[in-house]
Amino acid sequence: MTILQIIAGGLLLGAVYALFSAGLTLIWGMMNVINFAHGEFVMIGMYVAYLVVTYLHGGPLVFGPAAAVVLSLLGVSVYFGLIRHVMRGPMIAQILGTFGLALLLRYLAFWLFGANFKTLPDDLIPGTLNIGGILIGMPQLAAGAVALVLTIGMHLMLTRTAIGSQLLAVSEDREAAMLMGIRPDRMLALAWALSAAGAGIAGAMIATFYYIVPTVGESLALTAFVVVAFGGFGSVPGALIAGLLIGVIQSLSAYVFGPVLKDVVVYALFVGVLWVRPQGLLGKIA
Amino acid sequence: MRLGLGLVALALLAYPLVLRGAFYERMGADLLLAAIGASAWNIVGGYAGQISVGHAMFFGIGAYAPLLVFTHWQMAPLIGVPGGVIVSLAVAVVVGMPTFRLQGHYFSMATIAVAELIRIVVGNWDAVGAAVGLMGPAVPRTVLDLTFRSAVPYYYIFLAVLAVILGLTFVLENGRAGYYWRAIRASERAARSLGVPVRRYKLFALLLSAGFTSLAGSLYALMVGFIDPESGFGILVSVEMIITAALGGVGTLLGPLLGAAILVPLKTATNSLLGGGGSGLTYILYGGIIVVIARFQPGGLIDLGRRLLVRARGRAGRAEAHAA
Repeated sequence: MTILQIIAGGLLLGAVYALFSAGLTLIWGMMNVINFAHGEFVMIGMYVAYLVVTYLHGGPLVFGPAAAVVLSLLGVSVYFGLIRHVMRGPMIAQILGTFGLALLLRYLAFWLFGANFKTLPDDLIPGTLNIGGILIGMPQLAAGAVALVLTIGMHLMLTRTAIGSQLLAVSEDREAAMLMGIRPDRMLALAWALSAAGAGIAGAMIATFYYIVPTVGESLALTAFVVVAFGGFGSVPGALIAGLLIGVIQSLSAYVFGPVLKDVVVYALFVGVLWVRPQGLLGKIA
Repeated sequence: MRLGLGLVALALLAYPLVLRGAFYERMGADLLLAAIGASAWNIVGGYAGQISVGHAMFFGIGAYAPLLVFTHWQMAPLIGVPGGVIVSLAVAVVVGMPTFRLQGHYFSMATIAVAELIRIVVGNWDAVGAAVGLMGPAVPRTVLDLTFRSAVPYYYIFLAVLAVILGLTFVLENGRAGYYWRAIRASERAARSLGVPVRRYKLFALLLSAGFTSLAGSLYALMVGFIDPESGFGILVSVEMIITAALGGVGTLLGPLLGAAILVPLKTATNSLLGGGGSGLTYILYGGIIVVIARFQPGGLIDLGRRLLVRARGRAGRAEAHAA
C-alpha cells in the first residue's frame, strides 16, 4: 500500500514537472535555445499565488489565471528584450543571457521577499481523497489534474490547430514560413508566452503544498532539464511521459534513500542517460 | 601589445608595495584568485566555446582536497592539492565524454547538474564535514602548511600561478590547439568536416580548465583555511568565474584579469557599503551585468575596446586624409 501511495504522489507531482518541462522543450525545439531562467519562471508563479492569497484573499481560480497572465507577459518581454537579439548569435550569448536572467530574477525575489520559506494556508483546496486506502491530498490532485490537462492541451494545440501549424512552420523553416505570410516574431513571442504561462501555472499550483523560496527555481530547472533529456528534444508527449517517470523515480528514491538524496538520484540518472542514450529515452536522433 | 603586457605585469608585481594594509592586500589576493578561476574557465568556456555553468565542481574538489588531508591525517594541506586535481580530471572525463558528442547545450546542462549533485552529496557526507565544512590548520606548524597571517605571500603565490596559466594559454592559443578551438567555436560541423578532432580537443580544453580550476579551489582553501559546501560547490562560485571572464572578454588572454580587476573591487565596495545583507543586491547587479553583456556586447570589454580603437583610428585616418 505504501508503495502505491508513493507512486500516486509521484505521478501527480510528475504531471506538474511535465507541464513546466513541456514549455522548456517547446522553446528548445523551436529555436534551439535553452532557457536557464525557466525554473525562475516557475518560482515567480509561486510568488504570484502567494501574493494573490495573502493580499487579495483569492483562491486557485484567481491565482492560476493570474500567474498565467503575469508569466506570459514576462515571457513576451524576455523574447523581445533579449532572446530575439541573441538567438542567432553565438551560443555564449544565448546561454549567458538566460543564465544572467535567472540570477537577476532569483535575487530580485530574494530582495523583495527575503530568504525565509513561505507557505500558503493548507485549507485553500481542502480535503483528502481515499481510493481503496491510498490517500491523496486534494491540493496535489488539483495540481496534477490541471497540469495533465494543460500539457495534453498544449500538445493538441501544437498538432491540431492552425496556430500550432504556424508555430511548427516557423521552427522548420523561418524563410519559407515568412513566404506563407506567417510572421516569425509573433509566433516565437507566442511560444515564449505559452512556455512561460505553463511554468507560471505549474508554480502557482504547486505553491498550495510546496515551500515557496527564491532559490526553488534552481532545482526545478534541473528537474526540467532531466525531463527534457529523457523525453527527447522538442517533444511535448516525450516531456509528459518523462515527467511522470521522473516524478515516480523521485518519490521512490525519497522513500528509499531519504528526501535529501532524491535529487541526487535524478541528476545521476541524467548523466547516466547522456552516456548510454544521449537522444533521450524516448527521443529520436535529430 | 608587448609594452602593455609589461606594464600590467609591473603593476601586479608592485601592487602590494604601493597599496599597503591588510584590506588592500587581501583584496589584491582575492583579485588574483578570481582572475585565476576565470582564466581557467576561459580555456573551455571562451577558447573552445563550451559554456560550463558548473565549474564550481572542480573548484570545490580542489578546495576540499587539501583540508581533507589535513583533517584526517594531519598532513600539510599542500599534499592534497595534486589529489584534488586528479579527482577533478576524472570528474571532467565523466561529464565531458558523453556530452561532447552532443550540441553545446547538453554540456551546459550536465555541468550544472553534476555540480549540484556533488554539492548535495558533500553536504550530507560526514567524512567530508557535511553541512559544517572543514577547517585548515589554525596555527602554522611548518612553512609547508602555507598558513600566513598576511595576505602578501598568498598574493605572490597566486601571481605566479596566474602567470603560469596565462603563459600556457598564450602558447596554446597561438599553436595548433588554439586554431582548432577557434574553428570548433565558430562552427563545430565545419571544423569536423575539415578533419579537426573535435571531441578530443573539446575534452583537452575541459581537462586543462578543470585542472587549473581545481588548483584555484586549493589556493582558496589554503588562504581562507575553511570550506563548506556552499563556498566550494555553490552555484555562485560558478557564476563568479563566468561573469569575470564574460565582462572582460571570453576567449581573450587578458579578459578574465580585466574582469577581475573591475569586479573584485566592486564587490568589496558593495559588501562593505551594504554590509552582509548587500550580497543579494550584488547578485542582482551580477545578473544584470551578464544579461547586458549577452545582449549588447558578447565579446566583453576587450572586444568593445578593440572596436572603439578601430573606429577612432578610422576617424583619425579620415581626418588626416581630409587635412592632406
